[in-house]
This record gives sequence, structure tokens and C-alpha cells, in this order.
Amino acid sequence: MGLAEKGLIFIDKITIHAGFKNEWIVLREDDTSPDYGVLPYERKIEDHIRNGVINLDKPPGPTSHEVVAWIKKMFGLERAGHGGTLEPWP
Amino acid sequence: MTGVLPVALANATKVIGNVIHTVKEYVMAVQLHGDVGDKELAEALENFKGTIYQKPPLRSSVKRTIRKRTILELELLEHNGRYVLLRVLCEAGTYMRKLAHDLGLLLGVGAHMRELRRTRTGPYREDETLVRMQEVSEALYLWKNEGDERYLRRVVLPVETAIVHIPKIMIRDTAVDAIAHGANLAVPGIVRLTRDVQPGKLAAILTLKGELVALGQALKNAEEIARMKKGIVVKTKRVYMKTDVYPPIWRKNK
Repeated sequence: MGLAEKGLIFIDKITIHAGFKNEWIVLREDDTSPDYGVLPYERKIEDHIRNGVINLDKPPGPTSHEVVAWIKKMFGLERAGHGGTLEPWP
Repeated sequence: MTGVLPVALANATKVIGNVIHTVKEYVMAVQLHGDVGDKELAEALENFKGTIYQKPPLRSSVKRTIRKRTILELELLEHNGRYVLLRVLCEAGTYMRKLAHDLGLLLGVGAHMRELRRTRTGPYREDETLVRMQEVSEALYLWKNEGDERYLRRVVLPVETAIVHIPKIMIRDTAVDAIAHGANLAVPGIVRLTRDVQPGKLAAILTLKGELVALGQALKNAEEIARMKKGIVVKTKRVYMKTDVYPPIWRKNK
């Protein structure tokens, strides 16, 4: 299987998994070189982390900001952020 | 409050804001302050389906003016004594605490929110990808101390999972580095695009391998773009990919 085909399958797979779908219009045929770039799921683990999102089950108690600060510290990253605030309690 | 909280790591913080304005789904426990019949409750809930008006609560991070919000789905899961369990699918920025309070007002008995769990934020749901802090910590331990990265790969999802709900455009290798430098996207660089690309709306620009390059604002709709031979069709708004990952062929063409 070609790299471009794998890339397309990956995007379609994660889209469908999230409950959406892609209706593609193809303008031209083209392939992609193995010499640069990488399939998103084959990034080196360090790159995978730096280009990653955790679908976190927020525990009750701490605020969203506190939870993000913990994650940031655990991974030793300079930056982390969340997609939308959840109140601490209830 | 518990549940789905997507946390972006390092570079991924650049695009996570993109999921803030997406639909949210909650499961909420409401405590009524008086007795209400099943029929009366079901009728009251009908009033909250569709467009509702909400004034943000005192303790909120936005301006307190009355806002219009859409409740897409409202399902009564359980009614047990003075406890009501609801599933709510709504637009971003809908206050659940307010919804519980207003339900109490409409029923005439008063009510308040007892517990809340978010089960969806746009593309992120309560499924096998949802992990607890403990699992994150264990996966990190296994990688750092035993060199086993398999669990960490399950816990951390590729940044591309944050753009699946928006229109997409896949581009040729030769167009990638120009976009990474902030250039706008022209028709000859496009290999395929989704039908929902619309003028004024955000679109994700991806490599043929599926890597996120940038987010941009489309200038034409998908059908128009498909008929065009040349011209700028996407204004690059937020570059994600670093420069020089793909070869800078575009420079030679200048």
C-alpha cells in the first residue's frame, strides 16, 4: 500500500471514529515521498508526545487548569492546554 | 465535574482551541426541591429543546448578557423521586447549572444541579480513548522505566484527532513547505478536498501522509475549487508544521 493511501485511510479512520465523515473530491492523483514527513501514527515517541492530545477523564475536585498543570509537569513539557473548561465541582 | 477534557501537549496547544467551540454532550443529575409527576416533568423538558435563552451565571468567565443557545438533544434518562438524570447535547457555551435551575423555575418547585459529567467535546467522546490520570501516569512510567512506549501511544492521540470535525484539504509534497512558511494555498497544490469546504469557514490543510500542516480560511466552496485551474483558495491562518520538514521546492519556482 502506498504512503498516500495510508495517510488517507488514517484521516478517514479517525474522522469516522469521532462520528463524522469525509466526502472527498479528488482533483489529481499524486503520491508522497518516504524521504520526508511521517505517517502521524509513526512519529517517534518524543514527537508523538509533542504533537499529541490526551482525551482525559477529568477527575472530580481539581479545576481543569490544575489538571493541565499536572499533565504538563508529568511529561516535563513547557506547554499544555485544554479544550474547554470544566468546573471543579459538582 | 468529571469527564471528557481534551488536553493538548506542547505543539498541539496551537490548535486545541479549535475544539472549544464544538458541540458538547453532558449527563447531568438534577435535584428537584419538590415532588413532580413524570408527565409534568416530560412536558417541562420539551420547553428546553431547540433555542433557549441564558444569562451566564455570576461566577463565569464571559460577559453577563443574555445569550441564545441551541439544545440539540435533551433526553430524560431517569426520574427517581426528586432526582432527575438527563442527557444533554448542546452548543458550546451552554450552562448546565443554569439549565437545571431554570427547569426548577418552570416546574415551580425549584431545582439545582447535583452532578455533571461531560461525555463529548466535538470529536472527543467517552470511548476507549478516554483515559484517567492514573492510566497516563502508568503509561509514562512504563516508557521511562521499562522503555515500553506501547501504552503511551494508546494514551496520547495524534494531534490530527483535533481537526476531524472540520473540512479538510490534502496537498502535494511540493506545496507543504510554502504553507509551513505561512503562504496561502493555491489550487495546483491540492490533491483532494472534502465537500464541506466553504468560503469563510476554517479548513485543515494536511499532507498526503495525513499530517496537519495548518488551519486556513477557505475563500471558495469545494465545487468551485474543483473547477478552478489556478488561484489562491485558502488563506493560511494558523501554521502548525515546522518549516523545512518538507523540501522547499517552491523557492526554485519563484
